[in-house]
Amino acid sequence: MTGGSLLASTLDLLAIDPPGWGAVLLLGLWHSVLIAAGAFALGLAIGILGAYGKLYGGPVAKDLLAVYTTVVRAVPELILILILYFAVTDLVNQVLLAMGREKMQISGIAAGIIVLGVVQGAYATEVLRGAILGVPAGQIEAARAMGMPPTLLARRVTLPLMLSLALPGLANLWLIATKDTALLAVVGFAELTQATRQAASTTKAFFTFYAAAGVLYLALSILSTLVFAWLERRARRGQRPVQG
Amino acid sequence: MLRELLLPRRLVMLGLLAVIIALVVAYGRWTWLGEPKYQALILRGIGNTLILLVVTMVLGMALAIPLGLAQAVGPWYLAGPARAFCGVIRGTPLLLQLFLLYYGIGSLFPGIPGIRESWAWPILRDAWYYAILGLSLSVAGYEGEVMRGAFKAVPHGQLEAARAMGMPRFTIFRRIWLPQALHRVLPTLGGETVLQLKATPLVAMITVVDIYAVASRVRSETLITYEPLLLLAVVYLGITGLIVALFGWFERRVPQKTA
Repeated sequence: MTGGSLLASTLDLLAIDPPGWGAVLLLGLWHSVLIAAGAFALGLAIGILGAYGKLYGGPVAKDLLAVYTTVVRAVPELILILILYFAVTDLVNQVLLAMGREKMQISGIAAGIIVLGVVQGAYATEVLRGAILGVPAGQIEAARAMGMPPTLLARRVTLPLMLSLALPGLANLWLIATKDTALLAVVGFAELTQATRQAASTTKAFFTFYAAAGVLYLALSILSTLVFAWLERRARRGQRPVQG
Repeated sequence: MLRELLLPRRLVMLGLLAVIIALVVAYGRWTWLGEPKYQALILRGIGNTLILLVVTMVLGMALAIPLGLAQAVGPWYLAGPARAFCGVIRGTPLLLQLFLLYYGIGSLFPGIPGIRESWAWPILRDAWYYAILGLSLSVAGYEGEVMRGAFKAVPHGQLEAARAMGMPRFTIFRRIWLPQALHRVLPTLGGETVLQLKATPLVAMITVVDIYAVASRVRSETLITYEPLLLLAVVYLGITGLIVALFGWFERRVPQKTA
């Protein structure tokens, strides 16, 4: 095979229209981004609650949260995903049966978001706890002295001020979320890695498809890095630059 | 430490934990643990996981040091490729990298005429070496970035003093720059080793038999869903504890001046 025809056949394989697999890969990428975004949002919600619980919660809440973050961060994501996947689907079906409804198949995207979200939540808890601790105590004390209720204080003072401190850690978490979606291939979700595996084993062009998927992931991560850099600049506007 | 565990609420939590463990042990299906076939497999799996972890950390760090150095002080024609390498490794999922190496590059080799008769063929065919290569490159990518920061963080005075004493460049690197950089990253390295441990089960996806692959085999042969996964979680928790303790001991051995 000459170089020219090799390139042509590669382009044929990656074409968007059906004999090519481009559309399948792009759909996989879309699913990956969707799951990553959902898991990141869920993780952020768990993280905010967890961070406040760890900082201001009662002793039992603190202990329970410590167990959650330690266990999730010590066990490989792959195994957590398997355990949570079976546990979550089992639990939902048990609840449905108890309510007298039919069993149902949970959609892959929903299960993926929940499972990865619980994993992300543990990391987000630690990132946000550190960031909240970095907010000058005087700001929070001043708001309390003005009689602000706790939720208003969190919304107007703590959360906006900690954003610039939390963003580098959150950017890391987002990149981990996009890459962890690849692990869902193990339970058979049609995200990018699974779609690539299908395309590769059907056409036997293993190298072409894995390299193409690598380029897609890389593009996603470069784009994310740019977006987070912009967000951080925005969150830091008005702050005095550090003198080197 | 013990005193903190004996607080009333913690005693209640420990009691609950004991009850849960007792329930899992009593009602779970654990008979497969008694079979000699599976016992041997589990030991082999744990051994393979540990070998993979140690070998790839060592090889990866050996690659990470030049990568970090190139990024920190190298000329542009070394710094550029090093930065690109770290970016690619950190920007794509490890699972995909392993697939690309084993199925992608591995599928190109049989097309080379005469390769099946050569001495290299048993190595090129064996997933184990692809796993070592993939995991080592991953360590190199992540740790190269860590080492870049560490090399930059060594105080200038140290290097200037060494230069003033007339030390040759390589001796400065070997005696002063590298040891101080490594000392600085020791706490980070402990965390990164735990992350690397958590990455090792991915090699089961390219047919390497580590502890995760053993558990998957038990699950498919006995049709038991949860128990092998729980065993896996316990094994990984144990190894994580071991790594944390080891690095803690290591850090205490190197005295550090605290202000």
